Amino acid sequence: MIAAQTLAIARNTFREAVRDRVLYNLVAFAVILIASALLFGEISIGVEKTILINIGLSSISVFGLLIAIFLGIGLVHKEIDKRSLYSLLSKPIHRWQFVVGKFLGLNLTLLVNTLFMSMGLWGALYYLTRSFQPEDVYIWTAIYFILLELFLVTAVCLFFSCFSTPILSAIFTFLIYVVGSAASDVRDFGTLTKNPLLESLTTAIYYLLPNFSDFSVAGVVSHGLPVGSHLILLNTAYAVCYASMLVIAAVWIFSKRDLK
Amino acid sequence: MIPARTRRMAPTLGLLLAAWGASALVQMSVDREMARYRESPEILWISSGKVLRTLSLGHQSLLADVYWTRTVQYYGSRLRDHKTDFSLLGPLLDITVTLDPQLTVAYYFGSIFLSEKPPRGAGDPKHAIALLQHGIVANPDEWRLWHHLGFLYYWELRDYVRAAAAYQAGAKNPKARDWMKVMAAAITEKGGNLQTSLFLWSRIYDSSEDPTIRKNAAGHIDGIKAQIDMEAIEKRAQQFQVENGRWPASIAEMVSHGLLPGVPVDAAGFPYRLKPDGTAALHPASTVTLDYDHSPAPPRAPAP
Amino acid sequence: MGAVGGSSSCIRRRRHRRGPQRAGRCADPGPGRPIGHPDAVRNIGYLPENPYFYDYLTAEELLDYFSRFFPMSPQRRRQRRELVLEQAGLAEFRNVALRKFSKGMLQRIGVAQAVLHNPEIVLLDEPMSGLDPVGRRDVRNLILQLKSEGKTVFFSTHILSDAEAICDRVAILQRGKLVGVGQIAELLQRQSGFEAVIESCPAALLPRLQALASAPVLASGGHHRMELAEENVQGLLSLCATHSIRLISLNPLRFSLEDYFVELLRAGEQARGPDAAKAKAS
Repeated sequence: MIAAQTLAIARNTFREAVRDRVLYNLVAFAVILIASALLFGEISIGVEKTILINIGLSSISVFGLLIAIFLGIGLVHKEIDKRSLYSLLSKPIHRWQFVVGKFLGLNLTLLVNTLFMSMGLWGALYYLTRSFQPEDVYIWTAIYFILLELFLVTAVCLFFSCFSTPILSAIFTFLIYVVGSAASDVRDFGTLTKNPLLESLTTAIYYLLPNFSDFSVAGVVSHGLPVGSHLILLNTAYAVCYASMLVIAAVWIFSKRDLK
Repeated sequence: MIPARTRRMAPTLGLLLAAWGASALVQMSVDREMARYRESPEILWISSGKVLRTLSLGHQSLLADVYWTRTVQYYGSRLRDHKTDFSLLGPLLDITVTLDPQLTVAYYFGSIFLSEKPPRGAGDPKHAIALLQHGIVANPDEWRLWHHLGFLYYWELRDYVRAAAAYQAGAKNPKARDWMKVMAAAITEKGGNLQTSLFLWSRIYDSSEDPTIRKNAAGHIDGIKAQIDMEAIEKRAQQFQVENGRWPASIAEMVSHGLLPGVPVDAAGFPYRLKPDGTAALHPASTVTLDYDHSPAPPRAPAP
Repeated sequence: MGAVGGSSSCIRRRRHRRGPQRAGRCADPGPGRPIGHPDAVRNIGYLPENPYFYDYLTAEELLDYFSRFFPMSPQRRRQRRELVLEQAGLAEFRNVALRKFSKGMLQRIGVAQAVLHNPEIVLLDEPMSGLDPVGRRDVRNLILQLKSEGKTVFFSTHILSDAEAICDRVAILQRGKLVGVGQIAELLQRQSGFEAVIESCPAALLPRLQALASAPVLASGGHHRMELAEENVQGLLSLCATHSIRLISLNPLRFSLEDYFVELLRAGEQARGPDAAKAKAS
């Protein structure tokens, strides 16, 4: 019963996203951008495929991020603001089911969007090369990593959405994404300074904040090089663990919240 | 009949178009004004590849492509404008390969155009060597990088010892072509040699898809072929001189004496000329250029 | 019903299991479970004030979505959905998006979703606020319908005439505290009386008139108007007869719920005494 209820919330969250027009614009824009990559390739013969894959993966990543933040900041806040939450919580469900259901629904939305954008990339790739190479399968790995990245971003956004206004949630999430992307540089910077206080501070930041640089393999994949299956497993485990932590924190904050 | 609604929209539409037209005209004037500011040399605002890598937030390979595109355009536009200064070429290439160490075409491009003397390149072979070595470390499987390194030593620096060593190192890769080993031996034995140069430039031409590299290689190939032809002509002229006690008056004379099957033409289609002292020369209108400073030198020339 | 700010938030707090509870046996989730447990609400239906129900869903989709939170088989879900749609009179709007619903229709779908799972107790927060007379009547009929099904309907309102019309019992809350409760008939019966209009009488008689009256006597036109308790009617009639004062009309006064309400609130203010007066003055 609990699973069915939570999934009902997830499905409805997905339905809400699908009926939101802005989403279609973003996805369409991403597909157009990928198609235009074919033009950029004209500039430098011999690296057209590399450039196409790079532009494609970067577009999917950036637009996925935009969608995740745009939808994520309203996840909880919108229901509280519009007071639809009261009707929902008057049903026999726990508060955590609401939070988890919303989280799953948003991830389902991102999965579908990413697949659509990926189709754009594969279409452009086929148009360019007229045949698929065996190493192209690693592009799916890169896309999977983007999905893991978005999974983490969604969790961050959900967390903030439980206690903050939409604008602040968006800013915090974006800032954490920026710092998280430069995570390894932050730590390296600490070790370079040889200052023990700074070093421990940067190391703490490194483990505390989500590390998004683990997921960027576009440089590898665009040259047809493989990504180890060990890395795939580890990244999946990392995303699941870290996101769970954030969802649990979100549930805890939400449960304690006095809903006026 | 124009429907009433369209008629009502017409003045608004007209106003919109007029405003846009005005802005376009003003833009043209602005372009003319800005032209004098755009004369100043290009500046690299951020010259550190590492900083850019951090700033790219995981999109470094895309940024590498952007900088690669910029590099190609920089070189092409300066070449077209007959500028002799390519000072940004090195930094641009450095940034490109820092962002994406696997972008091998950047190394190939750099090895040629960083080392070529102006007006064809930056004239900085040391930088080119450093770039190639960086590339070899990042791409140990790319045996062609050794080929380019060896060729750089051979062609620009005339360091035949190091050149042969590079070809030798590259030949160790099982994927390498057989001629790598052959080249190592040939350079050790004969040093600078027109046939060797022709062969190596042809390999570069065949293996590259980049149009700039190919055009440059084709030019060198034509020049070397011309030199080979001219050497052959001079040898025949020598023969004539020995047989007849004087230099031939023209190539046509050599043909009528049966020393040449026909009037030889260079790659641009222009016939060669013969000078009164028996030396051959290109037709003045020919577009082929000779690399006289890369003429053959004895083996084991000292490193510069 | 309550003074502004009193009752609605009180209901909401009870509903969402936070804040001081005064749950009775009806809300008992069973032994060993905390009061916030979902089991506590299995038998309760709730409609919040000024409801918003996902305007991108249609009526049918909303009911289907909410019905999934209850342990019902798919057939039962469909059955209940159809039934509550019919009851609410919204069957022909089942495929209309909620963003196109009028306020009255929204309240009705709100009641529908509250009774989807056939609860015994239904809580409605200001179900008739902001509705036009037709809407009010529709909701009123819905509540009576629920009552006829044997459900206990508990709703809050500021509109006393609505309460008077359909409620069996009323509770009056002031600042979150219960200040009056009982059957309507009882409450109102307590204070009934008569209203008499008589021709103007000489000033000398006024004190005697006033003694009979339960409120200050009003003089207007050439008449006196007064309210008096039932036991004093006879006294008035004799007075009129004795002094030849013409009695123009004598009507029973229905003491309305509004009067009761205002009086209760005023008593409450007085009970809080000088502090209240000070607060009011500042």
